[in-house]
Amino acid sequence: MNAPTYNFAYLDEQTKRMIRRAILKAIAIPGYQVPFASREMPMPYGWGTGGVQVTAAILGPDDVLKVIDQGSDDTTNAISIRKFFGKTAGVATTTSTTDATVIQTRHRIPEAELHAGQVLVYQVPIPEPLRFLEPRETETRRMHALAEYGLMHVKLYEDIARFGHIATAYAYPVKVNARYVMDPSPTPKFDNPKMDNCAALQLFGAGREKRIYAIPPYTTVVSLDFEDHPFTRYRFDAPCALCGADNSYLDEIVTDDRGGRMFVCSDTDFCEQRQAAGHHGTESAAPHKEKAHV
Amino acid sequence: MTAMIELTDAQKTFTMHLQGGVELPVVRGVSFHVGPGECVVLSGPSGAGKSSILKMIFGNYRCDSGRIGIRHRGSVIDLATAEPRQVLSVRRSTIGYVSQFLRAVPRVATIDVVAEPLIVNGVAREEARARAGALLRRLNIPERLWSLPPSTFSGGEQQRVNIARGFISDLPILLLDEPTASLDAANRAVVVELIAEKKTRGVAMVAIVHDDEIRHLIADRIVDVTSFAAAA
Amino acid sequence: MSEPSHLDNDEPLLVAEGLAKNYGPIAACREVSFALYPGEVLAIVGESGSGKSTLLQLLSAQLAPSAGRVSYRMRDGVLRDLAGLGEAERRFLFRTDWGFVHQDPAQGLRMAVSAGANVGERLMAVGWNHYGRTRDTASTWLERVEIDVGRIDDAPKTYSGGMRQRLQIARNLVTEPRLVFMDEPTGGLDVSVQARLLDLMRNLVSELGLAAIVVTHDLAVARLLSHRVMVMKGGRVIETGLTDQVLDDPREPYTQLLVSSILPP
Repeated sequence: MNAPTYNFAYLDEQTKRMIRRAILKAIAIPGYQVPFASREMPMPYGWGTGGVQVTAAILGPDDVLKVIDQGSDDTTNAISIRKFFGKTAGVATTTSTTDATVIQTRHRIPEAELHAGQVLVYQVPIPEPLRFLEPRETETRRMHALAEYGLMHVKLYEDIARFGHIATAYAYPVKVNARYVMDPSPTPKFDNPKMDNCAALQLFGAGREKRIYAIPPYTTVVSLDFEDHPFTRYRFDAPCALCGADNSYLDEIVTDDRGGRMFVCSDTDFCEQRQAAGHHGTESAAPHKEKAHV
Repeated sequence: MTAMIELTDAQKTFTMHLQGGVELPVVRGVSFHVGPGECVVLSGPSGAGKSSILKMIFGNYRCDSGRIGIRHRGSVIDLATAEPRQVLSVRRSTIGYVSQFLRAVPRVATIDVVAEPLIVNGVAREEARARAGALLRRLNIPERLWSLPPSTFSGGEQQRVNIARGFISDLPILLLDEPTASLDAANRAVVVELIAEKKTRGVAMVAIVHDDEIRHLIADRIVDVTSFAAAA
Repeated sequence: MSEPSHLDNDEPLLVAEGLAKNYGPIAACREVSFALYPGEVLAIVGESGSGKSTLLQLLSAQLAPSAGRVSYRMRDGVLRDLAGLGEAERRFLFRTDWGFVHQDPAQGLRMAVSAGANVGERLMAVGWNHYGRTRDTASTWLERVEIDVGRIDDAPKTYSGGMRQRLQIARNLVTEPRLVFMDEPTGGLDVSVQARLLDLMRNLVSELGLAAIVVTHDLAVARLLSHRVMVMKGGRVIETGLTDQVLDDPREPYTQLLVSSILPP
C-alpha cells in the first residue's frame, strides 16, 4: 500500500513561490519584517511553523538538513522537524553543522563558524522588538519606517535602572545594516556577535505572526547598547563538563536533588566533535556509555 | 517738553449684555497729558471713572474711541489701537501699575514677588533680590517674612509688598491706584518719599488718592474727572 | 536695561490662517487666524463643544484642516506650512521642538515605564546614547518639576495625579521645545494640586521663554498662565485680546457670561 504522497517539502508550489517572494524581499531589505500568507502546518504554533515554512520554501532535493532546538539535535522538536522533511522531501539530514546546507534552529546559533552557501533558518515567536513598549502594530510599523528607535533604549534604560546592568539575556535587539532594529528571536545574547558579518544567509520565520525577515551574508549586525553600558556576551563561567570547551554557550544541568549540577555545551554537535577529537572535561559522558551497554 | 502720557478725547462705555444690553457710559472726552517728572492726581467722587481712566492708560480696559498716546522707547504708541503684544511690551518697559490689591501668586516668596519685574527685564537674580530687600526694609516689612508668600500677610502688609513691587522698576511711567489707602502714617510717609524720588528721576505718574493731605504732598497738577463723567 | 530678546522677537513662531475643520455638515472650527510669537502664552477658552480642542489638534498638526493652514518657524528660521512637512519631519518636530501636555497623563506618559525613562525617552530618541548622562538629565528635570528624585525608578502608575502631570511636563520639556501645547493641563486635579501645578508651569514658561497654547475652560488658568486669550464659541473665535483685558473688560455677551460665571476668589 502506498503511503499518502505529499508535494515536495509538504507545501504546494504556489505557496512556496509566495514564501520565496517574501524571502527575496526580506533579503533585499535587511532586518525589515515582510508580511506573508502563513499557512496552517501539521504541527502547533510554537513548534516552529514559521521556520518550517521558510525551510520548505528553500529546500531542494540536494540539500542536507540539520535541525536544532536549543542547540541540540536530539530533542523532540528537532527530531520531529527533521523527520517531517525526511518524509515529505526525502532530503538527507545530518547533525553536523559543517555538512549541513540548511540549518533550522530554535533559540541558538551553532558554535562552529557558518560558511558561505549555508542558510540558517530561525524559528521566531514574536518578530516585533518594539512590541513590549508599544503594543500598537500601526505605530510600531511607522516607527520602523521612520527609524524612530528611541524606545529600544528605553527598554535597555529600564534594565540598567532596575538591575544595574542590561539584564536582557536573550532576544537582545540588534540593528541590521545600520537601518532596521530587529529581534534576533530568543537566542541568547551570547550568539549576537555571530550574526554580524556572517558568511551564511540568515532567514527568520514567524508563523503565527506571519512575518519573514532576513540578514543577507556579510551584513553588519550591531547589538544596541549605551556608551557607558556597552554590550557584553554572557556565558556561565565554567568549562564544559564533557568536552572542556571554555568558549561555548553552556546549559546548566541539575544532576541530583541535592544541588548538584553540571555545565555542558548547549550545541551537542560541537561538543561531540570536540570529544571525538580527544578533548575532555571533568566528567565523562558516562550516561551515554551506560545506555550503550544496556 | 514732550508728554509721556497724552489722552485725547478717550471714551469708554460698558455694554452689559447680561442685563439686556444696557449701555453704561463710564467716561468720555478724556483729554489730559502728563510730562516727565510730573505727578497728576485724578480727583472726583466715587464712580466718576478715576480707576477706569487708570485702567485705560494701562491697557487693562479697552478704549472705545479717542487716543491714549504713550511715549514708549522713544516713540509714541497709541494704546487705544495697539496690538496685545505691543501693550505687553509697553507694560514691560514703560508703564508700571500699583493697584490697591495684590494679585498674589500662590507659593512665591515675597522677596521674589517684589524682584520679579526686575528679573523679567533682565536684571540678575541676586541684584534684583538685593534691591527688593532694600525696598521691603524701607517699607517696614520685617526680614523674617521675606521668604513667605505674601498671601499669608495682613492687608496693610500685602499692600506694602505691592508698592515695593510697583516701585522697584525703573519704568518711566507709574500709575498709582490708592497707594496709601490702608497704610499707617509712617508708611504713608515712605510712599510719599518714594514718589518724590521717582519725580526727581523724571518718572511721569498718574495717581488716585483720597487722602487730601497725601494728595497735597504729591500732586503737581490735579485733573478733575467730573468733567469727563459720561453719565447718561 | 536689556530685555530678554525672545519677548521682542517680531517674527511669529506659529501662524494660523483661515483655519477650518468640518465634520460633514458640522463646522467644528471656522475662520481662525492668529499669530503666536516666541515666548508668548495664548489661552483658548470656551465651554465643551466650542471647538477649542479641535483647534488645538489643527494647530499641532494632528488633524488636517478642511481649509486654511498653519505655518511654523522651524529652528532654521524658515516659516513652513505644516501640511507640507513629511511625516518624519512632523514627528521629529513633535519630539523635539514641540511639547504636548495631555489632560490625562496616561495619554502622555508610558505608565509602566520608570519616571527616569519617561523623561529620558525624548533624549534617547534624538540619539543620546549614554545611560549616565540621560539619567542625570532626567534627575535634574524631576527636581525642576518638584518630584522627589528618589522616585526616579518608580513607574508613574504609582504616582498621584499631580505628580503624573508634573512628570508629563518634565518629559515634554527635556528637549527644550520652543512651543508647548497644553490640553486642559489642570483638569481633573484637586484645587490645591492645581495651584501648585499652575505656579510651576508659570515659572517654567517664563524661565525657558516657552511659547504655549493652552486650551482650558478654566478662566483662572488662563489668567495665571497666559498673555493673550481667544474666546471660542460654536467653532468661531468670538473675542480675543490681552488676557486681563478680555477678563476684566469682556465685550461679547458670551465672554461676559463666562466671566460672570466665575466665583469670586
